[in-house]
Amino acid sequence: MTATAYALPSIVVFVTAAVLIVVGAIGVLAVRNPVHAALSLILTLFGVAVAFIAQSADFLAAVQVIVYAGAIVVLFLFVIMFLGVGRSRHDHVEPLVGQRPLAAFGVAVTVGGIIVLLARSHWVTGATSASGSSLVKGTGNVHQLGTAIFTTYLYAFEATAALLVIAVVGAVVLARRERATEEAE
Amino acid sequence: MIAGADPLFAHGVTGVVILIVLIKVVVGFAAWMGAVVLMIWFERKAISDMQSRIGPQRWGPFGLLQTLADGLKLFFKEDLVPAESDRLVFKLAPYLSLVPALVTFAIVPIGGTLHIAGHAVQLQVANPPMGILVMLAMSGISVYGVMLAGWASGSKYPLISSVRASAQMISYEAALGITVVTVILVSHSLTTHGIVLAQGQGIWHWNVIRLGVVPFVIFWMAITAELARPPFDVVEAESELVGGFNTEYSSIRFALFYMAEFMNTITMSAIIVTLFFGGPAGWVPPVAHLRWVFPILWFLLKTAIFAFCYVWFRAALPRLRYDQVMDLGWKRLIPLSLGWMLIVAGFLVAPGWGFVMAAAVLLASVVLAIAFERGASRSTGPESVLAPVGRRPLPEERLRALTDREEG
Repeated sequence: MTATAYALPSIVVFVTAAVLIVVGAIGVLAVRNPVHAALSLILTLFGVAVAFIAQSADFLAAVQVIVYAGAIVVLFLFVIMFLGVGRSRHDHVEPLVGQRPLAAFGVAVTVGGIIVLLARSHWVTGATSASGSSLVKGTGNVHQLGTAIFTTYLYAFEATAALLVIAVVGAVVLARRERATEEAE
Repeated sequence: MIAGADPLFAHGVTGVVILIVLIKVVVGFAAWMGAVVLMIWFERKAISDMQSRIGPQRWGPFGLLQTLADGLKLFFKEDLVPAESDRLVFKLAPYLSLVPALVTFAIVPIGGTLHIAGHAVQLQVANPPMGILVMLAMSGISVYGVMLAGWASGSKYPLISSVRASAQMISYEAALGITVVTVILVSHSLTTHGIVLAQGQGIWHWNVIRLGVVPFVIFWMAITAELARPPFDVVEAESELVGGFNTEYSSIRFALFYMAEFMNTITMSAIIVTLFFGGPAGWVPPVAHLRWVFPILWFLLKTAIFAFCYVWFRAALPRLRYDQVMDLGWKRLIPLSLGWMLIVAGFLVAPGWGFVMAAAVLLASVVLAIAFERGASRSTGPESVLAPVGRRPLPEERLRALTDREEG
């Protein structure tokens, strides 16, 4: 690990983002009301966006807010409201027997793995550390991201796009079929 | 790290720079609050004129202080929190509505660049590198205020309103985003400053003309729907939903919603001007020391025109039905904006590709039109859109058959 001296503003930004993320994450788990949980999730997402900005990943931060906070959590809330999940719901019966020990085990494995990876190497490239800006001077963040997506990673990008379209079409087909049988009654 | 596109931070963050930023924030906020007060007065007065009424006239010259009087009144009214409400979210929602409206205005360039004490100061509160994406993010966030207000009220009609609001805003966000992409394509910049600069060489460089008028029209419709302004205000359709999402709100919380609506109106007028009408670009007369004033005047004039158009919409256009709002968003605006983006991108590569793209888009739109036609003849009609939960209303033939049997 490289020992970098961090400036005070960076530390303030990081601590703020970290507190937002952790408080939001704990809130999602601890709060009973599903709408409050969704709001906590938004808090976490904003914290992550701040962390992205601190890493000069402006575009990612904006997309984080637009897609996750602006659309996905809205859809969560939409579903919660539509299903009318009451405020006084009692979920004392576990739908899956033995899920709690399994979940605890999964969390332990994941956290352990992350700690080991953080301590020993860089988790994507396997390098022991990644420091400094990989941005080429004079070009923007978005410019580089766009170049990478549309040249080096074009196939992966297009494959993802196709996957999403297939998922959407599949969802529509499934939803339509139900309606057709209902009409045939 | 902080240094983005703003040249103010180019030489490091010093005391003077922080002072300039503070002044920008305070002046921007104060001027903008004044603009909101004026906008509320203007809307009421203009609508009164269009409806052959007099409108506010008691307080101040031409009734200018009416808004302040209303604000004062709302401050001293009783603040009610319904017993069935979710207290925390109920109190939070008005602020969630207000903050995005505030933040978006920060990225609007209202003038050129000034030079104060050796620092280049752009006349906009902030010029973040992600620029116009901040607008998209904030318009995505602004749905929470309406949505949570309706849900937290613990009442039936506000809940329907909030469900409508969330569906409507998500639907129009796609068209909004895609038209912004067309603007970014020709401007080669994400920052609002860059977008305005790219349009600075005269009226033929304004995006409204350079992109063909279509993206501007799509953007205008989509942004009006995002704001839930008339004619897209199914969210607060008082004939169907009592008062919409803010039915249960009173006193200062209601005032906050009201203010947020007008803030949004001004901000979005300013965003339209920035994206499509050159922002502060315009003719500058050769006056020695006042050259920096004229861009601001141009910006104010253009924004005022769009603000007037919003008022005009409210007076002139009937409200759309909810299913019409959805149809317009999904079936018209999203395909159109997508097709237009492809054409613009094609022309940017080469004119030949532009025509190829235009042909492809034309073909696709024919296919789409046939699909719509077949879909429309297959489903039971627009009623099915209105009842997404529970049983749909029976088709008319079957209803008639049932009643006939009962009679016979």
